[in-house]
Amino acid sequence: MSIYLNADSKIIVQGITGGMGAKHTALMLDSGAEIVGGVNARKAGTTVSHKDKDGNDVELPVFGTVAEAMKETGANVSVLFVPPAFTKAAAIEAIDAEMPLIVVITEGVPVQDTAEVWSYLQGKSTRMIGPNCPGIITPEVSLAGITPHTITGSGPVGLVSKSGTLTYQMMYELKDFGFTTAIGIGGDPIVGTTHIDALQAFEEDPDTKLIVMIGEIGGDAEERAADYIKANITKPVVGYVAGFTAPEGKTMGHAGAIVSGSAGTAAAKQEALEAVGVKVGKTPSATAALAREILVGMGIEPKA
Amino acid sequence: MEYQAKELFATHGVTTTLGVVVETAEDARKAAEQLGGVTVIKAQVKAGGRGKAGGVKIAKTPDEAFEHATNILNLTIKDLPVNRVLVTPATPPQEEYYFSFLLDRSNRQYLCIASVEGGVEIEEVAKTNPDAVKKIAIDPGKGVDAAKAREIATEAGFPEAVFEQAVTMIENLYKVFVEEDATLVEVNPLARLEGDKLEALDGKVSLDDNASEVRHPEHEAFEIKEEADPLEAKAKELGLNYVKLDGQVGIIGNGAGLVMSTLDVVAYAGENHGGVKPANFLDIGGGANAQVMANGLDVILNDEQVKSVFVNVFGGITACDEVANGIKGALELLGDKATKPLVVRLDGNNVEKGRQILNELNHPLVTLVDTMDGAADKAAELANA
Repeated sequence: MSIYLNADSKIIVQGITGGMGAKHTALMLDSGAEIVGGVNARKAGTTVSHKDKDGNDVELPVFGTVAEAMKETGANVSVLFVPPAFTKAAAIEAIDAEMPLIVVITEGVPVQDTAEVWSYLQGKSTRMIGPNCPGIITPEVSLAGITPHTITGSGPVGLVSKSGTLTYQMMYELKDFGFTTAIGIGGDPIVGTTHIDALQAFEEDPDTKLIVMIGEIGGDAEERAADYIKANITKPVVGYVAGFTAPEGKTMGHAGAIVSGSAGTAAAKQEALEAVGVKVGKTPSATAALAREILVGMGIEPKA
Repeated sequence: MEYQAKELFATHGVTTTLGVVVETAEDARKAAEQLGGVTVIKAQVKAGGRGKAGGVKIAKTPDEAFEHATNILNLTIKDLPVNRVLVTPATPPQEEYYFSFLLDRSNRQYLCIASVEGGVEIEEVAKTNPDAVKKIAIDPGKGVDAAKAREIATEAGFPEAVFEQAVTMIENLYKVFVEEDATLVEVNPLARLEGDKLEALDGKVSLDDNASEVRHPEHEAFEIKEEADPLEAKAKELGLNYVKLDGQVGIIGNGAGLVMSTLDVVAYAGENHGGVKPANFLDIGGGANAQVMANGLDVILNDEQVKSVFVNVFGGITACDEVANGIKGALELLGDKATKPLVVRLDGNNVEKGRQILNELNHPLVTLVDTMDGAADKAAELANA
């Protein structure tokens, strides 16, 4: 089992003909994900050539609209590799087509565009992950995004993180156990799927035995997640927060990663998480060690 | 800065007095003469608390304006040198209000904060009389039209004498917020002047960098270049995501989260090595080719405080052999300019090939360490040597 992304996921790529879109379509296919086509209004009716994971040639159809792509292929996931200026329009098109899951990889989307998309999404059936995120992987099953599929396989750990490379680092640290699903929710001030959403989904997923949550400075998402964990999560949660040494007032790479005043510090987040019984590691490796200890304590052994 | 915020206010029809921005005391005198009457001389820096720091003074005469400007231009407020002052006519407010629009990230919408019971002391009011500070949610999909502006003005409790002016100002401030892609538009104080005239006496606007990049090339003019750290300015020219910090271990990594984490791990390791600290944040992103690596190393090696450099890369999409070739190429490009020890940790995609390239390079400055913690320790040790 997994969250949001599973063996029934049929994926289209919005922006499949662009540089990033083409590169990652190839990598997603290589992971074994079922990519069924793409969208580019100007190249509708053409195809793009790729190889599947067994090295066989595949021709993916390019459609003019998301709605058409869904009708022709039965797609239920769309991954967006669309330039930031056009991301809002592309997301709204997918929402209008009632795409169940959209994964917005694009970095640099104006935050008011995301705010408008989020407002537009209310009361509709679409779930949005991102923007500015690595996407979601259910190892050995499917991949919607840019997470390397070669790090590790499936296992009992659920992972939710704001950061891409820290997702990879943590998957690598716990590669001997493996993951149900690893989801990177993105580092922007507003994102479609939050830590809380992912925690809830992992809680409901029977195969997830332990949840690792990675946060970083800025905002209060981790503090809110802590409140949520206290009230709703019965599974063990291990946390990590990046940015203890980040100075106030300087943006650390992610648009959302900034300490302003006394709010948003790593120490405050650690304290909030520890107050509800979440073990927080000082470093990625220490965090993995905490997770490993709990898993072994639950009688779950690492894979050979 | 205040004068820039006021320019944006004026562009969108928000009532304000621009005044005159000057860089010398002599020009402040001329501005005061030109404006006539009593003036206010205000330090222009990107920091709050200017009044308390002695950066805001009232001048009765042009000579006083000269005197105050001389003193203020010698100030440093929150580490920022004061390079310019704003000279405006002194307009003593009858009442002070607070008003802002901002991005409410927790609730994924916009928020309006308004109070008619206090302007500059808003934080104090929020503590002692929270009910006097009104918070009104704005749906980003609907925005603020005339009816919503009226609703906000009513909720905030603007007095009748200035009510219609407040409604217009709220509509126009929202225009500043959306049309300029701001994350904060703040008027503090929003003043009721003599004759019941409502005016934005001071203000602050924070702009969204992403939006400036995508659709506001004109925002580049707001950047005050001389205030930027020279290394940060150089990094920006090279297109690098770099933040200067105050330590001895230079950091290069890929991905914002991993680099932030690297700073922490180095700081912890530094506790065992004379208290050395990370010298910078530098995220070289996904495609770490030789040129990007060379540019990054060039910036870091020009930081005189740096004693060692830690290159921490997790090869996700980027393969470690490409990164290793990047380091190799960078060292070749830099030649004799590379003088400080480099500790390299590579993991992930094609890690064996990557390590092999660096082992074969066998460069006297390069130490390869297997784990992030171990490499941080080595880099801290070398910085303390």
